[in-house]
Parts: sequence; C-alpha cells; structure tokens
Amino acid sequence: MNVLQASALILVGLGGTAVVICRDPLRQAIVSGGFGLLLAILFFVFQAPDVALSEIVIGAVALPVMILLTLAKLREHRDDQPEIEQ
Amino acid sequence: MSFLAYAVAAWLLLIGLYGVVSSRNLVHLILCLSVVQASTYVLLLAIGYRAGAKAPVFADIPLSAPVVDPVVQSLTLTDVVVEATVTALLLALSLQAYKRFGTVDPDEIVSLTG
Amino acid sequence: MSHRSRRRLFLVAAAGVAVLLVHGLAGLPGVGHFHGRYGLLLARVAVPERQATDIVNSITYDYRGVDTMGEEFILFASAIGLVIVLRRMRGERQDDDRDRDDPSESATGRVRQTSAALRLLGLALVGPVLVLGIYFASQGQLTPGGGFQGGVILAAALILVYVAGRYGAMTRLRPIPVVELAEGLGAAGYAAIGVGGLIAGARFLLNFITQGSMGNLLSGGTIALLSAVVGLEVAGAFTLVFAEFMDQRRLTRRPR
Repeated sequence: MNVLQASALILVGLGGTAVVICRDPLRQAIVSGGFGLLLAILFFVFQAPDVALSEIVIGAVALPVMILLTLAKLREHRDDQPEIEQ
Repeated sequence: MSFLAYAVAAWLLLIGLYGVVSSRNLVHLILCLSVVQASTYVLLLAIGYRAGAKAPVFADIPLSAPVVDPVVQSLTLTDVVVEATVTALLLALSLQAYKRFGTVDPDEIVSLTG
Repeated sequence: MSHRSRRRLFLVAAAGVAVLLVHGLAGLPGVGHFHGRYGLLLARVAVPERQATDIVNSITYDYRGVDTMGEEFILFASAIGLVIVLRRMRGERQDDDRDRDDPSESATGRVRQTSAALRLLGLALVGPVLVLGIYFASQGQLTPGGGFQGGVILAAALILVYVAGRYGAMTRLRPIPVVELAEGLGAAGYAAIGVGGLIAGARFLLNFITQGSMGNLLSGGTIALLSAVVGLEVAGAFTLVFAEFMDQRRLTRRPR
C-alpha cells in the first residue's frame, strides 16, 4: 500500500469523524458533501472507478440536495409555529 | 500498514454508531447512518484490492494484466445508489415526524399515542 | 433511559464490538493479497465471453444480473414509499402563488431574488449535464459508468433548473405521470428482458443478443440494454424523489 492510499484512508477516517461531530445539520450537510468527495478519491486510489463515479454522483449531488431541501422545509415549519419551538 | 484499511472501516462503523446513538436531531442521525454505510464500502473495496493491479476495465490495458476484484466493486456500486434512495425515504419520514410531533429530537418523539 | 447513561452503555458495548472487529478483521488476508477464485476467474473470462470491456458492469448486468434486479426494485419501492409518506396530509393545501422567501414571486415561478449569475450558469449547464447522463448510461459496457450513475446525473439536470429559480419551468419539465411511467417502464423493462432470455434460451436473464466485437458501442449483448433500462428507472426514481422534496416547499398549513 503506498502513501497515496494511506493518506486517503486517514483523510476518510477524519472526515467521518468530522461528519459525526458536527451537530448542526446545515453545517453537517456541507461536511458530508466533502466526506463524499474524500470517499470518491479513496475509491479511485483503490482502482475502483465505477464505484468512485457512483459516490461522486450520490454524495456530491443527490444527498446534499435532499438534505438541504429537508432542512429548508423544517426551518419553514419552525417559523410557522413558534410556540412549539423548544 | 496493511491493517490500516480495516482499521479505518472499523473506526467509521463505531463512530457512525456513536453518532446515531447520541444524536439529538433526526437529520444528524441520518447523516451519521451514511457514515456507517461508508464503512461497509471501504471494507468491501479493501478486501478486493490486489497490490500492483489495475482497475478492471480492459479498454486500454492488455487482457492478461492483473486487475483488482470486480465482484466487490459491482456490489458496492449498486449499493451506493440504492442507499441514497433509502436515505431519502428516511428524510421524508423525519419531515412528517416533525410535522406531526413538532420536534426532530428523537428523545422527545414519544410513542405513537401522541 | 437518560441520554448520559445511554452514551455510557454504548461506550461499553462499542468496546466489545471493537474487540470482536479487530479479532475478525485480523484473520482476513492483508490488504493487497486477494485470492478469491470467483473474481479472478471472471476477470479472465468475461471479455472473451461477452466482448464487453468493463468487467464491473458485465458482472452487474449479466453475471449477477438477478442481484441488480433486486437492488433496482429496492430503489423502486423506496421511491414509491417516499411518495406515499409525503402525501398531502389533512390541513395542508398546495399554494402555487406563494413563496415563503419572496412575496414577489408569481405563479410563473420566476423568483426575482435569484442572482443573474446563478440563473445563467444553471440554465447553461442543463444541456451538458443531460448529455453527460446519456453518455454514462449508454457506455456502461465499455468504460466506467452505467445505468446507475447515468440515471442520477439525468435527474440532476432537474436540480439545475430548480436552482436557477425557474420553479414553473421545472414543474412543466417533469410532469409527474410521465416520470412515474418512465420509472415503471425501467423496472418492468429489466424483468421483461430477463424473460426474453427465458424465451430465447433456457435461463432468466440469459445474454441472448449477439455480443458484437470488443470495443464497439454495440458490444455486450443485453448488458447495454439492461444498463439503459436501469438508467431510465433510476432517472425516473430520483426525479420523483427530488420533485417530492421540492413540492414540499409549496405546501402550507392552515393556521391552527
């Protein structure tokens, strides 16, 4: 295993930790987009281009869009009913 | 050194589970679940890797060149796309739970008698 | 169980799981020494047998085609489940003339607050993204790509129109009955091609079309067909999912 693969693995480990540690969902959505990109780089370095393509498309396009739309809808509801806000 | 890939997969699994267990927000929980999914991808690809081998696409390398295992890559690539749809379903459920209970804190969403 | 005691219990359990994981993973051959017979055999025989140069997609759509059919139907069921979960509830009504952020938005869907640069870039990229999606979905048997990736990229073109602020144009571009038809056709098409294998030979999902020559676009037999059909289904499913999430912003609740 060469240096590139080892550093990609370590970055993925750190990225996963960062995704869990972020408590605010909005910030976490952006960090998870970055985590998806790091995963895609890891898959490339491990000679798996198909998987890397899938991960880029899902982790950088589909997943952040769905999460941000959900968060927007949640915030809209929260503004709608201020008496329920904890 | 070669244990690093397995160690990273195990670490992602455990830290993702910790995030799920200690989460205070359903959307945060769903993203931690995606970290757990990532750990399985890393493990699968680490198992199939062969040192010095190339990607299993023979468009430009000779047919006798060594390649990494293609079966685990096939499993992983369908898995990535399908898990995204399941995540979408979970997000929709959390949205409706918020509309119903007024909170996204899993501790405060009490049982179905609400 | 309180939050803190749950966390502590988890740490204890995680320690146990970690010990098991380390013990189990240490028994695996080291990374880089893969000896699985099935994978190595397939890497040797897949190209002469199927004339498709991308082995991963040969496995996905031919050698393990039944597994992919199962995965495709999981996707189909999740999309339908999402549509059902996000159905309009009692007390909600669809409001086409109103947007929370900008009172100046009209029913034509043009949001005046979107910057001109965003609008221009979004609309300019729709064409290339569509072409990219079609390229990936059709070249699965030759180079990395295939139906799954291509389908999601095709659905991503819809996001670009939404980001460019043209909500009205976007709703016209994705009539829900057509999207659902595309998704259903994709899912059923996969099974239909499999049945074609039953009719032609003796096996479900037999690769019964001529294989063509290696490197040609029309190589691989049913691999290209199945990849295109899966691309249709995935594009339909993800368009439906995105459309449902975007439409959620249009639902307003009657004030209690």
